[in-house]
Amino acid sequence: MATAPAETLAPGEIAKPNTAWIWKTFFVLVGITAVEFVFVFLMKAGTLRNSIFIVLTIFKAFFIVAEFMHLKHETKGLIWTILVPFSLLIWLLVALITEGAYVGEALQNMFS
Amino acid sequence: MAHDVSLQSTGTATLDAPRTGTWDGGNEPFKASYGKLMMWFFLLSDAFTFAAFLTTYGLIRHKHAVFTGEAKDFVFNTAYWPIPDHVFNAFPGLHGVNLPLAFVALMTMILIFSSVTMVLAVEAGHRMDKADVQKWLLWTILFGATFISSQAWEWSHFIHGTEAGTTMADGTVFHGANLAANQYGPVLFADLFFFITGFHGTHVFSGVCLLIWCFIATTNGTFHKRGHYEMIEKIGLYWHFVDLVWVFVFTFFYLV
Repeated sequence: MATAPAETLAPGEIAKPNTAWIWKTFFVLVGITAVEFVFVFLMKAGTLRNSIFIVLTIFKAFFIVAEFMHLKHETKGLIWTILVPFSLLIWLLVALITEGAYVGEALQNMFS
Repeated sequence: MAHDVSLQSTGTATLDAPRTGTWDGGNEPFKASYGKLMMWFFLLSDAFTFAAFLTTYGLIRHKHAVFTGEAKDFVFNTAYWPIPDHVFNAFPGLHGVNLPLAFVALMTMILIFSSVTMVLAVEAGHRMDKADVQKWLLWTILFGATFISSQAWEWSHFIHGTEAGTTMADGTVFHGANLAANQYGPVLFADLFFFITGFHGTHVFSGVCLLIWCFIATTNGTFHKRGHYEMIEKIGLYWHFVDLVWVFVFTFFYLV
């Protein structure tokens, strides 16, 4: 996957298409999506299944951002500039989901 | 460019030459061009918006009660959050057949595939291969338009609901969904569906418009004259981002 971009970046005459890494990434994405469907139908819903989905989603996000959006091949500074705010968002998500569970519980036990 | 001549004391018409001064765009922080860098920052800010939507979804969903019985015994009730594969189980042309998540799987495939054709267009742009850029842009436009049409069908089905409907708390039977009531579960379930998938669909629509513009500019040879196809790369970044958001919407709305 990482082999192609360096030479395709060079401008000049019409070169031969260098697309092997693109199709490789595509099949990884399709494969992960297929695995997600296996889990939807063969596993009971619960925290474990949800965790598996979230990990697989982050894998997919990695391949889209790193390969298709080319972030893996940018400078370190740019990579961190994008990743740090993003990881703070994931923290926000986890924090507010926990908060939501607490709010639901508090509302249910309001009068007892 | 006669009007340029009259404005310049030298009397020669010149193109706007690339500016090379440090504070004039000549400096490239992170070794990325101004346009690409700004696209990245725009996408980051857009990610904040979508993260706000998904965080809201997570909070509201966990605030509501969950269905505690066996998944096969699940029935729609406004008292608890619905199980997604019982809501999204219809497929166009196959009326009454229970196909949980099949249509959304197809939509996901279409969008991932459009990302692939987009990256192929960018790759062709690097090689200055105008014909290939046109070809792959057209495929991307086609897949993007197909995705929006699929979403329109999904919305229509969601709004009209099932024949059986659901008996609401006041004893009436309600079919489908609107912003004030729905047959699938709590009011906020349908509201979040409309807002999140709607906002994403709007992004896909903008993307298709931008791609059509790119196709016209490519056909006119604008990028070829400019000497690079960076515009395709920038629109491509946006397009992949829309695909990325769908990956998250798909997980949090349909799978979890």
